[in-house]
Amino acid sequence: MAPILELTGIDKQFAGVSVLRDVQLRLYPGEIHALMGQNGAGKSTLIKVLTGVLESSGGDMHLAGEPIRPGSPLEAQKLGISTVYQEVNLCPNLSVAENVFAGRYPRCGALQGFRIDWAAVNQRARELLARIGLDIDVAQLLSNCSVAVQQMVAIARALGVESKVLILDEPTSSLDDDEVQKLFTVLRRLRSEGMAILFITHFLNQVYAVSDRITVLRNGQWVGEWPASELGPQALISAMLGREFAATAGAAPSTAADTTAPTLLQAMALGQAGHLQPTDLTVRSGEVLGLAGLLGAGRTELARLLFGLESPDCGTLDIDGKNVRLSNPADAIALGLALCPEERKTDGIVADLSVRENIALALQARQGVRRFMSIAEQTALAEKFVAALGIKCASVEMPMGLLSGGNQQKAMIARWLATDPRLLILDEPTRGIDVAAKQEIMDEILRLAQAGMAVLFISSEMSEVVRVSHRIAVLRDRRKVGELPGGSSEAAVYELIAAEHEHA
Amino acid sequence: MLDRFTNAMKHRLAWPVITLVLLLAVNAAFNADFLHIEWRGGHLYGSLIDILNRAAPLMLVSLGMTLVIATRGIDISVGAVVAIAAALAAWMIGGALVVVDGVATHVTRFPMPLALIAAVAVAALCGLWNGMLVARVGMQPIIATLILMVAGRGIAQLITNGQIITIYYGPYFFLGSGYLLGLPFSLFIVAAVFIALYLAITRSALGLFIQSVGINPEASRVAGIQARAIIVGVYAFCGACAGVAGLLISSNVKSADGNNAGQLIELDAILAVTLGGTLLTGGRFSLVGSMIGALIIQTLTYAIYSLGVPPEINLVVKAVVVFAVMLMQSAEFRDSIRALVHKPARGEVRA
Repeated sequence: MAPILELTGIDKQFAGVSVLRDVQLRLYPGEIHALMGQNGAGKSTLIKVLTGVLESSGGDMHLAGEPIRPGSPLEAQKLGISTVYQEVNLCPNLSVAENVFAGRYPRCGALQGFRIDWAAVNQRARELLARIGLDIDVAQLLSNCSVAVQQMVAIARALGVESKVLILDEPTSSLDDDEVQKLFTVLRRLRSEGMAILFITHFLNQVYAVSDRITVLRNGQWVGEWPASELGPQALISAMLGREFAATAGAAPSTAADTTAPTLLQAMALGQAGHLQPTDLTVRSGEVLGLAGLLGAGRTELARLLFGLESPDCGTLDIDGKNVRLSNPADAIALGLALCPEERKTDGIVADLSVRENIALALQARQGVRRFMSIAEQTALAEKFVAALGIKCASVEMPMGLLSGGNQQKAMIARWLATDPRLLILDEPTRGIDVAAKQEIMDEILRLAQAGMAVLFISSEMSEVVRVSHRIAVLRDRRKVGELPGGSSEAAVYELIAAEHEHA
Repeated sequence: MLDRFTNAMKHRLAWPVITLVLLLAVNAAFNADFLHIEWRGGHLYGSLIDILNRAAPLMLVSLGMTLVIATRGIDISVGAVVAIAAALAAWMIGGALVVVDGVATHVTRFPMPLALIAAVAVAALCGLWNGMLVARVGMQPIIATLILMVAGRGIAQLITNGQIITIYYGPYFFLGSGYLLGLPFSLFIVAAVFIALYLAITRSALGLFIQSVGINPEASRVAGIQARAIIVGVYAFCGACAGVAGLLISSNVKSADGNNAGQLIELDAILAVTLGGTLLTGGRFSLVGSMIGALIIQTLTYAIYSLGVPPEINLVVKAVVVFAVMLMQSAEFRDSIRALVHKPARGEVRA
């Protein structure tokens, strides 16, 4: 069988720097193909070349045997290459149905082509969403939907086009397990209909759950292409890293949390109507407290309350045994708190500022306007953390927005470590970043805790939470349902979530 | 040498400077005396000095506007604030020539320093009001400042009782038309504000915070920056700048007209900031660029008058020139022009 899509010898340079060198890719009809590689390996760039966002510097692309050279995503879509990007590219101020059909509304009426057939828009949007197992009110605003639902809407939008090739750039990074399974059901159905699906993810288990074949990129170069059944997880990681990799690297925490350590933070019946039921939480110095729960369980909401980003309606918050009221993050920072937020793009990085300025920002904000850190001090600080955390950037003067996701995340952690916090709240610090960077960040968390810093660790990946936490608080339906000691199994956590579910 | 030139052209202020130099050259070409400066009446005299003096109010307003635009905002009320400050100062000073003990002296309704401070303070309050609407109430900056743009003229009229107040107090005229060390006094005011602001931006974290808030307000808040306080402060500063500009304008024309003082200065200021290379989308900004932008506008205005463009079409001419300048400053436009010029040249043999 001939491949439906074939890329050969793709080169891409940015300002003389080569980011893709002689890369190839083959997609066959009716297969799910995983594209793997570390952050900065060139996956996103390859996708952008393929979908016409960027122009390749060299190489050939063939779709069904015909040479193609899409000049824009729209052109690529017309050719039958549909893409769902990592960042949801939809309009939050339009309805779900409008988002599904934006730019290609069904028309009707006497003035054919001038009136939009709203009944058909809503009806067909409902059908499309039903196809991926989503039953929601299509007339509601997209901004009212969770990120997960928005992601599904983006997929429905791509499905709406008669496409031959579907590209999914980290579609699952904001979905919970149930939704991932639903998505996989959809992918398998599309595969059986003969569609070629290119799937990018950082979750190894997902790769093996759905993929037929795997292509690996490393440092902008093609490493190889294997049937998924012939490339085990160890071999895959080694191919991505270019070296042998011990999957169990990283010390497990001492399961016995030091119960004699002083209480750093104590929340009692802290809650906010519509966001979090009254919740108790205690954090001691030097411990890693894991916050487990499914998407929407209230983990981020709790973190935002603790950091003064939201105001609680009820309950009290004590820090060092003293009652405090945090009216904004600056108050929380003054008390030694730090929050690395979940939404890196919108709440974290300041894209046009340099890496240096981004890293120095929180420390400078805490020092106030007048105690200005000189450029030399900022540079020294930034370079220290660039080296310590292994942030890959050409120089600390590079704009933050040009760094890859994993490096941006490390720089965010650097920003907060620079303030020398006593409690670091990490909300999904490993989301959307590669295996090696994930490992480095987890090791860093453990090292910091050993040095006496308290860490509140929030992650959707249960295995991570279980591995690093001294104690695990489990949330469900916007309230805490229990705590488990460190070293508990993933199954125990799920059991607690499920058990509570049965009572509800 | 060529490398040096290419690098200089990449500087963000290269195009504003070139534009200014071109405009000056056009003026000089049509008016032989344009660049001539002489010592007359105890101070420097010439077209260039005149342009600098007349540009002073716009330069002040542009400084404030630069910071507002850097935070992703805009302030279209500055013209009205100019009128309010001018009206208040004029009313508080008023002035009459009275003969006391056989000596003619100027008297004011209130002491002049008090009047100056009051006018600038009220202007800063106006800015504070704008800042509150934007940062606390969460209004769109253009709508928030539209309120004062409309209401401000009314307030100015209330102060002047609907009349044009003529000022008779001599010492007040020094602000807008006096000379110090041979240069217009207004330039010293602009220089003082500029230097104070420049030091505040470069010697404190203010510049970093303003840029950060302009690029990503939410991320800045999470990083612990008091984004609202920064925004309110920036609008208040912009108001104060407009207040000082109002003093200069009313001093220069020796009167305060609630209807016409500072008319359309908001648009000239926005234009000056844009010409200076600061983007309306916020973030990175250039104070020097805005100063050059203000001088470009004033030089252009001067050129239009001195070249004898009929008054009824001078706004059209100004608009055409501004449009051309904007196109020239756009890197995309220059690239497409370059592509047009270079393509046909490919087949030719260069002699």
